[in-house]
Amino acid sequence: MKLQKASSFALYAVIELAANPAHQLAGTEIAEKYGISAHHLAKVLRDLGRAGIVDAVRGVGGGYKLAVNPKRLTLLDVIQIFEPVGPQSTANGDPEIATDAGGALRTVLDELDDHTLATFRSITISTMLKLMARKPWANAVRAARPARRAASNR
Amino acid sequence: MKSGAVSKKPGALRIRPAVRSDMQALIALDEEITGFAKRKYWNETFSRHRVRPRSPRFLLVAEDNGSIEGFIIGEVRAWEFGEPPCGWIFAVQVRPKTRLKGVGTQLFEVLCDAFRRTGVTKVRTIMARDNHLVLSFFRSQGMMAGPFIELETALDGANAKERLHEAAKS
Repeated sequence: MKLQKASSFALYAVIELAANPAHQLAGTEIAEKYGISAHHLAKVLRDLGRAGIVDAVRGVGGGYKLAVNPKRLTLLDVIQIFEPVGPQSTANGDPEIATDAGGALRTVLDELDDHTLATFRSITISTMLKLMARKPWANAVRAARPARRAASNR
Repeated sequence: MKSGAVSKKPGALRIRPAVRSDMQALIALDEEITGFAKRKYWNETFSRHRVRPRSPRFLLVAEDNGSIEGFIIGEVRAWEFGEPPCGWIFAVQVRPKTRLKGVGTQLFEVLCDAFRRTGVTKVRTIMARDNHLVLSFFRSQGMMAGPFIELETALDGANAKERLHEAAKS
């Protein structure tokens, strides 16, 4: 699955702020680190501020800081500010849901959405920081290398 | 302790294998958390998981000044679903007023140490998708989705009852 840009930018920002609790970070610093649009990130940070997730500190040396406990802030809390997550209501549309194939397809898609929802809801920003420290994806890449070699030898 | 696991930091909580005299406190703690007093379940669980030399089963409690504040239950199972032996965690609970103090983490770590001593290299668990609290706890311990997908289907009630009845008669 792929998140919308705004959701990804918001998560980058929140993770950066959680990783640097003693400092206020400027949006431009975060944008530069991730190579993303500072203009778009500024808009995302305003939305996060309105949601009470970040505080803007004005003046010299100002910037943003996290306004909530990262042990209590989940990926879902952040993402659902910017896009719907989980099974969507079909009450006002989707006439194809009335067909057997439509109903069966909806059932399968809802199963996927339920898993997505449970995953985003169970992972906090603190857990993301731990995941970043462990870097399991680096192990996955290392583990995949011999397999690729073996496959190419066949 | 040969088969169990103990953690005792000075002035801190003590993680140790449950003993028979803990049962009342465990049943009361479980009832406080779940709303159900499962006396029979706990007696059976204790019989299965009490400390024995080289046992792959563990029922650990977190004791603070003589009060049982949490527990964790797990065992090593071999070749389930074709997988090599690995540790399974069946339950973890911490008294609500004692949460956010690292009790669950200590229980988890001591159980994982006990699993490691048996030679296994993986620990697994399964739980309801909507159990956000415990799911978040296991995520915070570094657990990620494993290689399995849990599936189920409803059994036709009437037919199932008939089949059980026929099986009982034969």
